[in-house]
Amino acid sequence: MAEIQSYTMNFGPQHPAAHGVLRLVLEIEGETIQKADPHVGLLHRATEKLAESKPFNQSIGYMDRLDYVSMMCNEHAYVMAIEKLLGVQVPERAQYIRVMFDEITRILNHLMWLGAHGLDIGAMTMFLYCFREREDLMDTYEAVSGTRMHATYYRPGGVYRDLPDFMPKYQESKFRNQKELDRMNANREGSLLDFVDSFCDRFPGCVDEYETLLTDNRIWKQRTVNIGVVSPDRAMQLGFSGPMLRGSGVEWDLRKKQPYDVYDRLDFDIPVGVNGDCYDRYLVRVEEMRQSNRIIKQCVAWLRDNPGPVIADDHKITPPKRIEMKDDMESLIHHFKLFTEGYCVPEGEAYAAVEHPKGEFGIYIVSDGANKPYRVKIRAPGFAHLSAMSEMVEGHMLADVVAVIGTQDIVFGEVDR
Amino acid sequence: MSERYEKLAARIYERFGEQMRRIPSTCGELTYELDKDDLTEIATALRNEGDFGFEMLMDVCGVDYLSYGSDEWTTNEATDSGYSRGVDRQPVILDEADEFDARRFAVVYHLLSLQHNMRMRLRVFTGTSNPPIIHSVVDIWNGANWFEREVFDLYGILFDGHPDLRRILTDYGFIGHPFRKDFPLMGNVEVSYDADEGRVVYKPVSIEPRTLVPRVIRDDNRYAADLKDANDG
Repeated sequence: MAEIQSYTMNFGPQHPAAHGVLRLVLEIEGETIQKADPHVGLLHRATEKLAESKPFNQSIGYMDRLDYVSMMCNEHAYVMAIEKLLGVQVPERAQYIRVMFDEITRILNHLMWLGAHGLDIGAMTMFLYCFREREDLMDTYEAVSGTRMHATYYRPGGVYRDLPDFMPKYQESKFRNQKELDRMNANREGSLLDFVDSFCDRFPGCVDEYETLLTDNRIWKQRTVNIGVVSPDRAMQLGFSGPMLRGSGVEWDLRKKQPYDVYDRLDFDIPVGVNGDCYDRYLVRVEEMRQSNRIIKQCVAWLRDNPGPVIADDHKITPPKRIEMKDDMESLIHHFKLFTEGYCVPEGEAYAAVEHPKGEFGIYIVSDGANKPYRVKIRAPGFAHLSAMSEMVEGHMLADVVAVIGTQDIVFGEVDR
Repeated sequence: MSERYEKLAARIYERFGEQMRRIPSTCGELTYELDKDDLTEIATALRNEGDFGFEMLMDVCGVDYLSYGSDEWTTNEATDSGYSRGVDRQPVILDEADEFDARRFAVVYHLLSLQHNMRMRLRVFTGTSNPPIIHSVVDIWNGANWFEREVFDLYGILFDGHPDLRRILTDYGFIGHPFRKDFPLMGNVEVSYDADEGRVVYKPVSIEPRTLVPRVIRDDNRYAADLKDANDG
């Protein structure tokens, strides 16, 4: 009888479990992976090169499209790098708004991850549950920026505008009766903060629900425990960050260790894993959702009590108010200059990193003093994680590749840039 | 610049002397320039010696300094011909030159120390050789693998000692290194489906390049170091 030789199998780029356009070339013996070679770049858009050809502010929108499930966190790193170079002070209220939306974004991202990861390895209901909550958070994006995903809400010096004091409501239609409509609009009567607050009250119960479905579930554990184990030393060697690093037991979170904006004034804990397998990373991310919820609640409380400006008052960098432009020549000139030429950023270089839901998301900007960046480098956490794919799946079964892709929380918008 | 970083800078000076040259920073970051021949030695020391302990390499980034500090806006004849034609584009310099300017290509490494909670940046110029070549740090930080492949793909910088230096982001069979400053933003070729031949064909790009906002550099006294108020940072 002939021996079965190892063979090569192609996985993706069009595969529902590949989370986008990942092409994996797998060397398999029987059903055991010997080597995985990820081919990336199918979604490469040269964002960094495009940013070099545009004034600074016009690239904020591109940042949303990098990791397209955690939009505002990407923007945050980009505007922070510019602020570092310009030396602008961000008003306190804007910092709280940013932190609140960073955490909303973190929940959005982790819900997307939990749903997709569940779906990949057989827990269909998770996807439906998670998207139910995502919908509400998308509505907060819409209320504050006008778009549900690609917000372009942060600006160097603050945020584009203050939080609205109303929430968009569901409209009447022939598919909904009045009673149904009243129920759906019940928590949308007040301001955005009221809506976020009511979400925060409800959300821990939702997380309990997810955990009931998965945490002690025998099938879930069979698919995740001891799969894709990474030791703390290897995790550091490979440049892991975020939940991938914490899942391996390294206590490292930029929000605590190198706090930016107002994270040092907020009370929250950092969950850390023990074994460094897919199950631990699952537990870490689920706990992070609870902690984000805590942070959001604190931000809401602060924002209610402290009105104030939400963007720096330096009109060389931020646009003046519309109303001022009507009868003030200087404001008109500032507006014109900002929207035609943009602002020049002093010569120098800066690296700003945020604790993005997926890990350390960094922006490195080299400026030569022009109104456009000379070089923008995006440090995407997923890129480093995916490069360790081969090491993580070696010796596992074919079906575990899907679990490892899921646990790495890969989004191709940021890997391919 | 905080005190902790000043202490680190002092330790670095003590250990490496003139091998590592500190670049002044406007925003409190530690940047060093070093010769490419010293890279392996210094990187190993920075990673392994307890004084430094930079156990993580967060990022490797290529930079092409070809058109650094040049703007593209001519005001004199532009008024009657419109914005995009007023732009004074950089002349295309072909890569066939035998030698590059010694300060054209650089590789920038961002290091992070978890034990000391510090960051630093190393910048290494790749010298005059065409193609530019520099020693790989994959042996020191394994995570550098894909980052170096990316720099190779986008800038054409070779990494000596890299286990698997292939293109990573661009298409299979791509020609050129797209992030070099002399590579046009819209690329050189466009693809379309040819019904007669029954396959995808490559043709030279047919659209005109245009610039919506020209690049300008303005002298801004607010950022001039000697004119700054003594008390604002």
